[in-house]
Amino acid sequence: MSARRLKAAGLWVATFLLMLVMCLPGLWVVLSAFRPNREILAKPPIWVPQRLTLDNFGKIFGFGAEQVAIPVGSYFLNSLVIAMTSTVIALAVGIAGGYAFARFRFRGKNAVFLGLMLFRAVPGIALSLPIFMLWSWIGLINTRPGLIIVYVSLNVPFTVWLIDGFFRQIPASLSEAALVDGCTRWQAFWRIEFPLARSGIAAAGVFAFLTSWNEFALASQLTRSTASKTLPVGLMDFTAQFTIDWAGMCAMAVIIIVPALILTFLVQRHLISGLTFGGVKG
Amino acid sequence: MAAITLSGVVKSYGRVTAVHGIDLEIAHNEFVVLVGPSGCGKSTTLRMIAGLEEISGGEIRIGGRLVNDLPPRKRNISMVFQNYALYPHMTVRENLGFGLKIAGQPPAVVAERVAEAAAILGLAELLDRVPGELSGGQRQRVAMGRAIVRHPDAFLFDEPLSNLDAKLRGQMRAEIKKLHQKVETTVVYVTHDQVEAMTLADRIVVMRDGRIEQTGTPIEVFSHPVNTFVAGFIGSPPMNMLPARVSGGALRLADGTGIALPERLAGRAPEGAEVILGIRPDDLSPVGHGLIEAGQGAEVEMTVEIAEPLGMESLILSRLGGQEVQAKLYGPRFVAPGERLTFRIALDRAHLFDAATGRALEAG
Repeated sequence: MSARRLKAAGLWVATFLLMLVMCLPGLWVVLSAFRPNREILAKPPIWVPQRLTLDNFGKIFGFGAEQVAIPVGSYFLNSLVIAMTSTVIALAVGIAGGYAFARFRFRGKNAVFLGLMLFRAVPGIALSLPIFMLWSWIGLINTRPGLIIVYVSLNVPFTVWLIDGFFRQIPASLSEAALVDGCTRWQAFWRIEFPLARSGIAAAGVFAFLTSWNEFALASQLTRSTASKTLPVGLMDFTAQFTIDWAGMCAMAVIIIVPALILTFLVQRHLISGLTFGGVKG
Repeated sequence: MAAITLSGVVKSYGRVTAVHGIDLEIAHNEFVVLVGPSGCGKSTTLRMIAGLEEISGGEIRIGGRLVNDLPPRKRNISMVFQNYALYPHMTVRENLGFGLKIAGQPPAVVAERVAEAAAILGLAELLDRVPGELSGGQRQRVAMGRAIVRHPDAFLFDEPLSNLDAKLRGQMRAEIKKLHQKVETTVVYVTHDQVEAMTLADRIVVMRDGRIEQTGTPIEVFSHPVNTFVAGFIGSPPMNMLPARVSGGALRLADGTGIALPERLAGRAPEGAEVILGIRPDDLSPVGHGLIEAGQGAEVEMTVEIAEPLGMESLILSRLGGQEVQAKLYGPRFVAPGERLTFRIALDRAHLFDAATGRALEAG
């Protein structure tokens, strides 16, 4: 074997090991979601599943003989409403803000932009106590709007920054051409600049959604009951004083993972394809 | 179809003034080229006509209508941008039809006008491609097509050929000229390339530092430049400028060389005046190889420093009055560096400028 092939083989082994480290926990979670609890806890461990079953899902959704008293449906709905709403708001603010930073000159622009970025540098959990106290004063603890506001403020700096970058790549002459062609400023934005920044907006949307969908630390502080608890917080319901229902927990983890995966998969076409900027000299 | 009038148009950005009160009348169906070095305010002026820049003072009228405060869409003008500014996510057909669609024209009308423009510019084959699949020249034609479909009052061109290579630029220049002959419309064209200005314009407007230096037909501007700036800017290769002093009815160059003051110019410069003698390279040729008839003009001896043969003619770099000058030799003749030749100066076409102000010295 030549030195080059040896090097290639070495790289493949390294890649495999790295992927193993990254993928194994996920694989274990997914496999365990379809295995009975005693197979998960067996000693010595059973590596290859003996029997795959949907019982764990039936159990948490309240079908079948055995049932777990965990309101997964409510959690799912809370997660969906909170993540979707906060994403839509963060995107709307991100598009408006990103466009303003990319296109307009105004007093204090750099300071505001820097401020946004610095705000993003503060870890969310550091703010959990002040937010908890504020929210409890104004009655937003354990409500969906309470969590939505928190997630919007977490996501806005990021969406503004990302979308600003995409608008910057679009030459100003395109919207000027549209203005001369008969568009109002608003039409020029919607028909020319918005479609061209679509991939950036999609990327910002996916990141904002995933941040809200997966967030645990703040949600665990600010939610209490089925009124607002999200799926990641709901996972904790599977730990009782003396036992942990691993099978149920894994089944619920799969329920958390799958929509995120589907969304990313649906949008990745936009993320990758982008647009060929052939309209102006490149 | 409309005339464009600029009166006292000013543009300032804070304390910096880019355009200092320009007055310009552009007649209906006239092809006017704004030319000047970068930063002279020509693009700013065009963008003010388009409505893409607000004006800080003065008035702009298109077709008699005051447009100072009208947005671009209400001025009924079309613009071709330096980088073409085609919409990358639309096909050529959609690019051409966009303005009409926005204006609410029925699809049948849009299709008809797009087909008409595509036929004029030879774009019929390309209608279903997107801009990314087109060459530079094709994109340029689409940009022009987008401008003509709306039958605007005026076309504005902002350095439309500067991104093309030399050969394509020549072709597109001819196409723009043809287009103007086919589609009768007022054209305002901005360029820094004086060759484009000379070849395309009905009238040239030479600008510098936000002011108009001279307005006139290409021949007027070429033959009668009002100052050394215009003289040096228009014409290629540029005019030779030789400092001289009027003494005893002759021009004394810096190194003492004397050239008889031509009759045509004699009355314009008093004895002792410091002047600049302007001679175009075409008016400075070796005897027997120029456009100057025998016995005309003055003769000087010069040594060839560098010769650049171009085929039917050669550019010769030499020295006159202690200063580098360019001369032109007509006919395919080999010239060796170091060769000493007698050159003839076509004095009847020479120019005299005031050395202090740079202004052309006029008769009387």
